[in-house]
Amino acid sequence: MSEYRKKTATKENRPNLAVEIAGIKLKNPVMPASGTFGYGEEYASYLDLENLGAIVTKGLSLKPKAGNATPRVAETVSGMLNAIGLQNVGVEGFIQYKLPFLRELNTPVIANFFGNTLEEYGEVARALSEIPEIAGVELNISCPNVKQGGIVFGTDPRAAAEVVSLVRKNLRKPLIAKLTPNVTDITVIARAVEEAGADAISCINTVTGMAVDVKTRRPRLANTTGGLSGPAIRPIAVRMVHQVVQAVSIPVIGIGGIMRAEDALEFLIVGATAVQVGTANFVDPGAMATIVEGLEQFCIDEGIADIRELIGSLRH
Amino acid sequence: MKNFKTIVLSNQEISPGYYRMKILAPGFGERAKPGQFIMFRVQTSLPPLLRRPFGIFRTGFLPPHCEGLAPREYLEILYKVVGRGTGIMCSLHEGDRVEVLGPLGRGFDPGDPETEKILVGGGIGLVPLLMLAEELVRSNKVRLLMGGRTRDDILAVTEFERLGVETYVSTDDGSLGEEGLVTQVLVRELAKHPRATVYACGPMPMIEAVRQVCAERDVPLQVSLEALMACGVGACLGCVVKGAGHSEKDPRYLCTCKEGPVFWAEQLDWSKLGEEPGYCEGCQS
Repeated sequence: MSEYRKKTATKENRPNLAVEIAGIKLKNPVMPASGTFGYGEEYASYLDLENLGAIVTKGLSLKPKAGNATPRVAETVSGMLNAIGLQNVGVEGFIQYKLPFLRELNTPVIANFFGNTLEEYGEVARALSEIPEIAGVELNISCPNVKQGGIVFGTDPRAAAEVVSLVRKNLRKPLIAKLTPNVTDITVIARAVEEAGADAISCINTVTGMAVDVKTRRPRLANTTGGLSGPAIRPIAVRMVHQVVQAVSIPVIGIGGIMRAEDALEFLIVGATAVQVGTANFVDPGAMATIVEGLEQFCIDEGIADIRELIGSLRH
Repeated sequence: MKNFKTIVLSNQEISPGYYRMKILAPGFGERAKPGQFIMFRVQTSLPPLLRRPFGIFRTGFLPPHCEGLAPREYLEILYKVVGRGTGIMCSLHEGDRVEVLGPLGRGFDPGDPETEKILVGGGIGLVPLLMLAEELVRSNKVRLLMGGRTRDDILAVTEFERLGVETYVSTDDGSLGEEGLVTQVLVRELAKHPRATVYACGPMPMIEAVRQVCAERDVPLQVSLEALMACGVGACLGCVVKGAGHSEKDPRYLCTCKEGPVFWAEQLDWSKLGEEPGYCEGCQS
């Protein structure tokens, strides 16, 4: 888009990019996907973190978690497989080492978290409630790469409802439930978490996949299978966000293979209120800044005064 | 650390399957330290999706195209064609647009200035050792032990000789230099110069063998590791290695990209490391 700048931004035509998700005010609809942006600080020298809608942390658990054996990543056609295994510093480590940096930023922080058991989900929710600097939480019930927790709760509507309502009871902050695409019908899970008290939904997490090294005949990931992300999954993600938006009345955050502003616009047009950018951060650490600029330029070029006009504007 | 769009200045095959590429990089030499690396991207192509990490071979200046202009500063990488990414890279020409993120990571520590310096390179693992040699020769006697499978894997040794580095070449098949493994040369050199610091980079089995030799003789060792990585800045946690004292309860992972790629041997947990696939030879990128 930047190659075809038709009009320049002026005071008069500068569009509103701000959106709101479950009471969290975002300067623009662009935020990182959990696990692709560390705890924010890793990217501070590549883009202005205050120009992002929000910062979403690496998934936190009650205690630090070691993660999976290596190799943990493998590139495939237009995508990458990962099986990191939710390595993280734990809630205490987050407060001690990572929060002091995030606290100074004028950007909402969304803490992504998970538990190994149902009880642990509740405990982490309680612990995160105590942190005033956290604007909201994103509940991970969709990680395909760990045996316990994660996806077990995300693939069954009853289990998903149970974990969401438990977290809801223990949490005094906006709650976003992050859903997996690895189900037969994502709308069933979406409705279940909405009824159980989720304030918003983010989708999709990675698509389960596998790649084999033909010379060694071994899986290319130590974990055998992993989560596929990147542009390869974007059409799947757009379709699922479209379905979820029809099925629920809470806001939806679209995720899946967004590399450029046009990709983000697809998600907004099918009805996502905001988007998360993941793999693109690895390819270009400044990707989200470019996407925000691109969204503004698109609005200017198309004569759109407020980006919210685009949300759910799909024509048939 | 920064990301910049630039162009290729030259890209030549120097030995079957090995290439050296000069990339225009104003101001890069001031920032780059021995042992650091870059994440390289072919700007106009979608595949490969992810960038590829490459050790910095050296930086320097080319004369300007015409008199009166400033000299052109470049950074140079050496790479082996092993898969799709490097397959695309080897067909790049002068003027092609590329993107560079770097310099990244923690490079070599010059170590105790009172000791002799022995560099051990295996194949393409030679790359990060040249800038280190440039720095070390100012104050120390430097030796390079260079190993490879065949003569085709012995690269750029003359560049080291030009710096005054004493070089010893060995190949598995004896097609160049001494026949045998680089570690047998290391054992001999350490017998002659027991007060030395060793710096090694190469395939994982070589690094593991060098570590054993150094550990048995109480010789300080730094290793430069290669890993599959997605981001290069410590965010994805794809490239981790286990640190010393690591356990499931007390995870002590180190990011190869951020805490490395150069580590002192005692920083790492070697129990499983020697069994790692050895990305230098095995990865398909």
